[in-house]
Amino acid sequence: MLDADFFRRWMTAAAASVDREAERLTALDSPIGDADHGSNLQRGFRVVAATLEKESPDTPGEILQLAGRQLISTVGGASGPLYGTLLRRTGKTLGDAAEVSREQLAQALRAGVEALMALGGAAPGDKTMVDTLVPAVEALGTSFEAARAAAEEGAVATTPLQARKGRASYLGERSIGHQDPGATSSALLIAALVEAAGE
Amino acid sequence: MSEAPAKLVGIVLVSHSAAVAESVADLARGLTGGGTTAPVAPAGGTADGGLGTSAELVSAAAAAVDRGAGVAVLMDLGSAVLTVKALLAEGDELPENTRLIDAPFVEGAVAAVVTASAGADLAAVEAAATEAYTYRKE
Repeated sequence: MLDADFFRRWMTAAAASVDREAERLTALDSPIGDADHGSNLQRGFRVVAATLEKESPDTPGEILQLAGRQLISTVGGASGPLYGTLLRRTGKTLGDAAEVSREQLAQALRAGVEALMALGGAAPGDKTMVDTLVPAVEALGTSFEAARAAAEEGAVATTPLQARKGRASYLGERSIGHQDPGATSSALLIAALVEAAGE
Repeated sequence: MSEAPAKLVGIVLVSHSAAVAESVADLARGLTGGGTTAPVAPAGGTADGGLGTSAELVSAAAAAVDRGAGVAVLMDLGSAVLTVKALLAEGDELPENTRLIDAPFVEGAVAAVVTASAGADLAAVEAAATEAYTYRKE
């Protein structure tokens, strides 16, 4: 079962991973975006880690809702409300259970991804975080490791796509050939989840 | 807008750029003419002065213009739109009766401020701002 400590480890691992990869995310965001994805997420997840330490919420649902709220407030780019909505809706769906199973988390994340898609209006194939998150959450029903592999594949598979959402969509065909920064940071979040599971 | 309500609708202008939000607010106020002007607050850029959207600036601006008659929020694009939507979904981050207005930013802001200053209610302000989409330039 996954308890509050697991979810704290997930958020801490995500913050550390975003810190390590901030430059790469921003570099990916330079040709097709506005070169702020890494620094925006870095700022947001630093606040998430600090807030979790200070307020120590004690259920999985509270942890994710608090993290989501911080991302909405502090990121400053579109990824803030998008990831914030993902985590908040996932947390709300988990309710006040002290522990949840991997299957329950997969189910809750599915609701979270649906909320993110409703907010951003993106569908699979639009070259966004959705291309990572949808297959990853689906695979999480099978195992943590399957989720990591699906996330990584989903992110890499955005390279040949033409962007249909966000600033990159203004570039039309010129967005082809670049891996999407949002899909890439989504793969980091999923990898951090798997890291928290110790797998 | 038959009877002018005593309280005016507040307008919040959210842009990626503080300068854009402030300038559009000035423009809309300037085009309103004499008499009472509805409360307008810009919420532009990030809290540290960069380009982007600050949820905190948006919440503060909405609180500042809330006179009890509702708050109309207009945005430019991308994260500005998503941040306002996420704040509305949050439930308690914005004053009661705050509405996201789907309108072109500059034209919609002028229409909203002029209408709100005339004492229109929130629905009429929204209708005027949204109607700005139908104004063709050619």
